[in-house]
Amino acid sequence: MGILDSKVPAGPLAEKWTNHKNNIDLVNPANKRNIDIIVVGTGLAGGSAAATLAELGYNVKTFCYQDSPRRAHSIAAQGGINAAKNYQGDGDSNYRLFYDTVKGGDYRSREANVYRLAEVSANIIDQCVAQGVPFAREYGGLLDNRSFGGVLVSRTFYAKGQTGQQLLLGAYSAMNRQINRGKIKSFTRHEMMDLVKVDGKARGIIARNLVTGEIERHSAHAVVLATGGYGNVFFLSTNAMGSNVMAAWRAHRKGAFFANPCYTQIHPTCIPVSGEHQSKLTLMSESLRNDGRIWVPKRLEDAKAIREGKMTPLQLKEEDRDYYLERRYPAFGNLVPRDVASRAAKERCDAGFGVNKTGEAVYLDFASAIERYGKEKALIAGLNNADKNTITTLGKAVVEAKYGNLFQMYEKIVDENPYETPMMIYPAVHYTMGGLWVDYNLQTTIAGCYAAGEANFSDHGANRLGASALMQGLADGYFVLPYTIGNYLSKDIRTGPIPTDSAEFDEAEKEVRDRLSKLMSGSGLHSVDYYHKKLGKIMWNKCGMSRNAEHLQEAIDEISALRADFWENVKIPGSIEGINQELEKAGRVADFLELGELFAKDALTRNESCGGHFREEYQTPEGEALRDDKNFKFVSAWEYKGAPKDAVLHKEELIYENIELKTRSYK
Amino acid sequence: MKLSLKVWRQKDAKSKGAMVDYSLEGVEGDMSFLEMLDVLNEQLIDNGEEPVVFDHDCREGICGSCSLQINGEPHGPDRLVTTCQLHMRKFNDGDTIVIEPFRAKSFPVLKDLIVDRSAFDRIQQAGGYISVNTSGNTVDANATPIDKHAADEAMDAATCIGCGACVAACKNASAMLFTSAKVSQYALLPQGQVEATQRVQSMVRQMDLEGFGNCTNTGACEIECPKGISLENIARMNREYFSANLKG
Repeated sequence: MGILDSKVPAGPLAEKWTNHKNNIDLVNPANKRNIDIIVVGTGLAGGSAAATLAELGYNVKTFCYQDSPRRAHSIAAQGGINAAKNYQGDGDSNYRLFYDTVKGGDYRSREANVYRLAEVSANIIDQCVAQGVPFAREYGGLLDNRSFGGVLVSRTFYAKGQTGQQLLLGAYSAMNRQINRGKIKSFTRHEMMDLVKVDGKARGIIARNLVTGEIERHSAHAVVLATGGYGNVFFLSTNAMGSNVMAAWRAHRKGAFFANPCYTQIHPTCIPVSGEHQSKLTLMSESLRNDGRIWVPKRLEDAKAIREGKMTPLQLKEEDRDYYLERRYPAFGNLVPRDVASRAAKERCDAGFGVNKTGEAVYLDFASAIERYGKEKALIAGLNNADKNTITTLGKAVVEAKYGNLFQMYEKIVDENPYETPMMIYPAVHYTMGGLWVDYNLQTTIAGCYAAGEANFSDHGANRLGASALMQGLADGYFVLPYTIGNYLSKDIRTGPIPTDSAEFDEAEKEVRDRLSKLMSGSGLHSVDYYHKKLGKIMWNKCGMSRNAEHLQEAIDEISALRADFWENVKIPGSIEGINQELEKAGRVADFLELGELFAKDALTRNESCGGHFREEYQTPEGEALRDDKNFKFVSAWEYKGAPKDAVLHKEELIYENIELKTRSYK
Repeated sequence: MKLSLKVWRQKDAKSKGAMVDYSLEGVEGDMSFLEMLDVLNEQLIDNGEEPVVFDHDCREGICGSCSLQINGEPHGPDRLVTTCQLHMRKFNDGDTIVIEPFRAKSFPVLKDLIVDRSAFDRIQQAGGYISVNTSGNTVDANATPIDKHAADEAMDAATCIGCGACVAACKNASAMLFTSAKVSQYALLPQGQVEATQRVQSMVRQMDLEGFGNCTNTGACEIECPKGISLENIARMNREYFSANLKG
């Protein structure tokens, strides 16, 4: 065992979590009242952790940069949440959810963590229903399920196309109950600027009040980072505008190892880029692939005619269309995992078959679904000889009931009616599987500093399956952290309050102030967005859906040069006092400029293709990913040593005792 | 297209604000309203001026951060969209667009177009929850079947994004649509019954304490709501409130 100890409990896989819970130390209720915990980020992981820790009796302080905890970006998740309830009786089980998740992650996740995730998944649904989360139901009054990419069972629970919103509002309501009791103190419009360590342990944070600009000190016995992913390093992504890596990166600089930064999920069903002014990308739920069929024209000249506006997709006959996912992957068809679907779209567009003016779009077509549902409805209604119009009208109503809000959103953005013309989609950066390295207890390599949800690396390996992010965020916050953090805090019952006037806090605050002054003192040549867009272009072109050694090396050099330019020449109007959104962005982009380089370095080090990490040098003759289990069956955990180029790699070997490693096939 | 903008500028909560005129060129129909403001801000930064600040985050119409009173309407002229999903193709070349923050006594302006909507959080904290601890041992999710119609109605009420457009649209600055949406979600579900009496009383009390006005049934809130939250929720909250008061 190297420097990294995953602390996975001994014993059979299915008993590890129960045994662990039975053997860890507890804190008695009277002592919990004397222990403070800081939770940064109030999305599904942070919100659920804060509420649960406060219910247990700890004093919790939450921090979010938004004006309300309810606005965290978990709210944008559309499709659903997985749980091994087997309500459909289609053979689902904890083991099958575990197996699908490890396979979907291309055998790069930790077995014990994933099994625990599957094990607590059913509890999440029970908990959320008890909170009043209005999941979709069938006519009999029981919960409805749908299927998602990469699996063969229906285990996804959903609330229209707003599942993330409803789950987050559930966690937010649980937080509100604790705020009302005085057990949570909620700091909104606050950003964590640094982590404070005392005697090697995380003991607090420095935060900036985004309204007054004041720099504040907050102490606690433990710090939980639930601050989401770093997809915005690409500038254009489906993340919220404010989503950033600052909290995680500050912790990394203080000693928390950063794991697998190159594992990025590029989601296949996003609305294509429309122009240079674009500020962010919009995702269309993967659930659309249940009924939509993806295609491009078979002939290059047809694709060209469509791009030039000389032809419409409706003019192309069935035999002139290439349903390339159904052709390449007959077993899973349009429901292959996200990484596979994204690469296949890129392959067709790179080959010249793209269908919008930029050449970077494929069709997602609902015509067959509308016809199929229409015929079914007509039959139920006793219309044996229904004409085509009636069938189409009936079918459209079914599609509207299932995806109405998504279709409306598409129409508002693209200005085309997707009931009549096929939707256009293209892959976009959506989720980052990498994040802070954590052990089985979700503790980072800094004692007392925990990471939950997308901010950690642990459960999704090299690729995340649909509807698993919500599951993981809530599993970490409701059912894992509240146990494991107690084990750590049981040693802190005699510590007493952590003072904020120590030398460590003085120094951390000084560092933050110096950094802000340095940002403000740039020569004023270019705006923050100028640098962010440049970084995004480098990342997308050289560290995006497919990568090669030459491009990655170029990316490292270019990002390093861009970072130097940024610190010298960035332009930030206004002052450190009061609301200054440019200053907020600058702090975030500064950290992206470091993370981006480590990202490229990580991708360059991993000489294999796995999940969301596709290296052009490592592929089969058919263009499928070529994994190298002999040499790369490990987690890359990077230790900060100054500049990203000096980061030191530590390897956590992944041990598979319950699953046989296979070539991932969806054919 | 070329636009004339009249934008509310205010240094901070204590300062007085004023409308400032800007002219903007090169606006495209595919831009969202906020992307148009991004272009304005790039221009201001280039000229060494302070950019206009406004709340925004997801830019997908779901987080509820963005606001803005555009030509007198919350979230602008389009229906069932937030400002971030309003596209410039809804405007014409040469238009003058007036951009103000949401106006209400209970939503004080913090700077430019940013207002403080924490009153909404406090209304939710007063009772917008079901008191159930996290245990993993609550009853099975399917133990209580719920009528699909009721579940769907609860979902419709629950889709409120807490943006505050209802308050900004109302001549009384009433928060009845917002408060009633949460009350309704729980009132429609069996899980919400146990605490129903206390919930509606606490939330209404907090709503009044925050200084929101009364409802006079103009229906402006429903028309401007980007999520189409129905006025029926207000009627339902009134029923809940009266029966709660009868119970005492």
